[in-house]
Amino acid sequence: MSGQWEVVIGLEIHAQLATHSKIFSGASTQYGAEANTQACLVDLGYPGVLPVLNFEAVRMAATFGLAIGATVAPRSVFARKNYFYPDLPKGYQISQFELPIVIGGTLLIKDDDGNDKVVNVTRAHLEEDAGKSTHEGFDQYSGIDLNRAGTPLLEIVSEPELSSAKEAVAYMRKMHTLVRYLGISDGNMQEGSFRCDANVSVRPRGQQELGTRTELKNLNSFRFIEKAINIEVERQIELIEDGGKVIQETRLYDSDKDETRSMRSKEEANDYRYFPDPDLLPVEITEEFIDAVRQKLPELPDAKQARFITQFELKAADAEILTASRALADYYEATVAAFDADPRLNANWVLGDLSAALNRDGLDIVQSKVSAESLAGMLLRIKDNTISGKIGKDVFEAMWAGEGSADTVIDAKGLKQITDTSAIESIVDEVIAANPEQAADFRAGKDKLIGFFVGQVMQKSRGKANPGQVNQILKQKLSQD
Amino acid sequence: MTAMSDKSTQLHTMGLAELAQGLRNGEFSSREIVSDLLGRIVASQPDLNSFITVTADEALAAADLADAAIAQGNGPALCGLPIAHKDIFCTRDVLTTCGSRMLENFVAPYDATVVERLANAGAITIGKTNMDEFAMGSSTETSYFGPTGNPWNTKLSPGGSSGGSVAAVAARLVPAATGTDTGGSIRQPAALTGTVGLKPTYGRVSRYGMIAFASSLDQAGTITRSAEDAAMLLQAMAGFDERDSTSVNEPVPDYRATLGQSLQGLKVGIVRQHFDAGLDEQCAARVKEALRQLESQGASLIEVDLPHLDLSVPTYYVVAPAECSSNMSRFDGVRFGYRAKNPVDLMDLYCRSRGEGFGAEVKRRIMTGTYVLSAGYYDAYYLQAQKARQLISNDFEAAFAKVDVIAGPTTPTPAFAIGAKMDDPITMYLNDIYTIGANLAGLPAMSIPCGFVDKLPVGLQLVGPHFAEARLLNCAHQYELLTDWHRQSPEAYS
Amino acid sequence: MSLTKDQVQHIATLARLQVADAELVELVDKLSKIVDFVDQLQAVPTDNVTPMAHPLHMVQRLRPDEVTERNDRDHYQQNALELRDGHYLVPKVIE
Repeated sequence: MSGQWEVVIGLEIHAQLATHSKIFSGASTQYGAEANTQACLVDLGYPGVLPVLNFEAVRMAATFGLAIGATVAPRSVFARKNYFYPDLPKGYQISQFELPIVIGGTLLIKDDDGNDKVVNVTRAHLEEDAGKSTHEGFDQYSGIDLNRAGTPLLEIVSEPELSSAKEAVAYMRKMHTLVRYLGISDGNMQEGSFRCDANVSVRPRGQQELGTRTELKNLNSFRFIEKAINIEVERQIELIEDGGKVIQETRLYDSDKDETRSMRSKEEANDYRYFPDPDLLPVEITEEFIDAVRQKLPELPDAKQARFITQFELKAADAEILTASRALADYYEATVAAFDADPRLNANWVLGDLSAALNRDGLDIVQSKVSAESLAGMLLRIKDNTISGKIGKDVFEAMWAGEGSADTVIDAKGLKQITDTSAIESIVDEVIAANPEQAADFRAGKDKLIGFFVGQVMQKSRGKANPGQVNQILKQKLSQD
Repeated sequence: MTAMSDKSTQLHTMGLAELAQGLRNGEFSSREIVSDLLGRIVASQPDLNSFITVTADEALAAADLADAAIAQGNGPALCGLPIAHKDIFCTRDVLTTCGSRMLENFVAPYDATVVERLANAGAITIGKTNMDEFAMGSSTETSYFGPTGNPWNTKLSPGGSSGGSVAAVAARLVPAATGTDTGGSIRQPAALTGTVGLKPTYGRVSRYGMIAFASSLDQAGTITRSAEDAAMLLQAMAGFDERDSTSVNEPVPDYRATLGQSLQGLKVGIVRQHFDAGLDEQCAARVKEALRQLESQGASLIEVDLPHLDLSVPTYYVVAPAECSSNMSRFDGVRFGYRAKNPVDLMDLYCRSRGEGFGAEVKRRIMTGTYVLSAGYYDAYYLQAQKARQLISNDFEAAFAKVDVIAGPTTPTPAFAIGAKMDDPITMYLNDIYTIGANLAGLPAMSIPCGFVDKLPVGLQLVGPHFAEARLLNCAHQYELLTDWHRQSPEAYS
Repeated sequence: MSLTKDQVQHIATLARLQVADAELVELVDKLSKIVDFVDQLQAVPTDNVTPMAHPLHMVQRLRPDEVTERNDRDHYQQNALELRDGHYLVPKVIE
């Protein structure tokens, strides 16, 4: 980006809350059902029906508020946001306007230079999601599916404090981790459970007042957020440098064409005519309620990361990856609980072979074919020298393939390490006898040949000889004339 | 049918209590009542047009079931008693029009809580009554299905918006009917037809399934020919409903149990402003006579002040249209209701479905509401009206610190001619001057017949503090013991 | 007239109401009267008065998070005039 321009970004994240039923009705929130089979009378905005607020939605919003150090409002009010759109059945969205449930709060991210940066959250409010319009496959019509209508959303609004697309993504990722930690959203971006609008503006570096912003709608992947913001920033800078002016408008990112374009459908004078929803009463949250929520607050990602570094002596980078999801962190901690002799070894295996296997099979950590306890069982055998780390890889694969516990696999395949000194000595003798030239070269000073001999011994023992002992015995025998 | 007793030819004159007694005593059957009333309804339609839908077959079938239950000594409180519902209440698999072209073909897929509760109490729905379109009106003239006539003089309006329900009760087509009251829509038409209309405390009766006009003001209530019948009907309708967030979770007292209490010591508030210019002199005279009769029963009359009373109509005509404009947005031609033919685009579908589906008064109110909520006007109108509402509510609170009930006129004049006030919305709106305050403050209020002016009924309004329905009913019942105004019937429908 | 024709047309558009020209003239007249009438509220001193949104001082009740609704799409869609594959239809929306 051109050095004389400063970029200012604010994000409005929409996180679908992981309730069973909708925010104002008893219809299921399950994703993927046949069109309109999960849209009840309330979701359809039928004449005469009324909303009743879901307890869990309130609890989850309060949980989020406490997690970011915000004020959970003792009194918040639902308001109607009035506008006509086919996926908005009542002609208004029930949202919160003047009195949101969460006020303030902060999130710690890394800026582009890797330094800590505190991003302020303005507010977070509860609202209902809209339905979905499908524009393809219905000839001259759009098809409306209202299954999603009424799904609870937490809209998290940041201050305009993010100064690059990368920072915006870092913030979004951190929020994503947080809501999943808290168990308040499944964060599934493909299904639209976690998405954002980005308010983007540029200004000459050093200028105080903000430039005119545009709003990029419905960004639903980290990659798109970064691309869309970068493209939009470029567009705005070019526009201004060519003597033009940025117009405040809503824009849509087209990932196929990699461009943003004006959303004319949203452009006609928006006058939402907010007013308190007379069908709903003020939501009052007591101190006792907040205390109860606080009691159940899980350890948060930053705290967990710090603890992993001190308690398990992990590298910061490893701790960060292990704590990126609560499930992964839980898995890791479960391996340590079962075998705590060397927590770094556990980390290496969880981040190494286990993660690779999960990736390869497209599985989530909770679907792992090797349980934390089983993995710990294998780590024990590495540590107690029953097998080498290298053999461990084979044992792990066999366990992954369902061949049983580490001990079962080691027994069945005869993978127990040879640690009997005399047995190793006899193999070493054979190898030296078979390679007299190399032995002579070694003695003449070609130290590197030790690797060749180790390889030969390991091959002959089918990998089972204890590598430490092999090294030691080889050096000893080769140095005898 | 020689077996038809004298009594059965007089079935239509009986109220709920009397019919219930007769049914239990085996004097007549529910089928006899329903058949008799169905005949009267059909005969009255050309002059009164009080029904939009008559559910004859369903009602007769239900009557047979009720008769069987009664024969076995079973049957809940209202078993076998026919009633009519204002067509604002959703009735499962039955046409529910709300008096609008918009819902001309709308068959509700569910029952309103009021409908469900009354059915559970054994009441039989005989039909759905005419009303001002979406309850927006005070004369039943804004109905898409044509105006309803006043049984006392069919050239006159029965008032509104519950005009069909009051006309049906006054004309002895049904012993009782449901209504809704947002600014007086039960009490004003009850006064103009000589019936008993009760609007309970906001939140006392569930709003679920009642098509919303102005959500913070709407309340369902009863139209009957006596306070005792009102008590019976309200008993079945009232109570907490988990589907309505504004429903109050307070126990429902036995309303009939306290009807007989003496009025000795009752403090009745008289509002000076109620008798200011604007109130017809003869109506004032009838109301004052009624007050004296209450006094004769040991009640004391105490003057109270409602200094912000004149603000109630303008306040109402900001708050109600604002809520209405938003409530009406769901009628967009997509999922239910009128849909314009061959729209060129989405905007056209919306604008024509709504432009063609709504009548003039509804459109006016939607537009008024849209205006007062729009950017730049919200504070000046909507917020200011909410503050005025608080002042009006405070006035009532102060008054009820001094008195038990407030009594006064229900309407400024007796029934007016159909078409008389349609041209000037403000004149029409001012007809609600005495009734609107109770809606703004959420108070229970009722209108009972208290005499006639030029052969037209006049209503006495009683307003109480929150949840004082039993007190109002007691007061009304004691008054009825002294007078027979509530027993008078229009000559053509005696 | 306190409202202009343009203002009334704008309100009608916001409210998605098609208004014929003849109707518009009448609406300007009647809405102006209504607005003039409610304008008397402006004169009321309301400093320090809390706006009243509800007639009762109650707080929102919270519903347990339970799925209580079953699919009844066919029944609910009997009131819809244009449907395809379970979807409600509207003229194509171009974004």
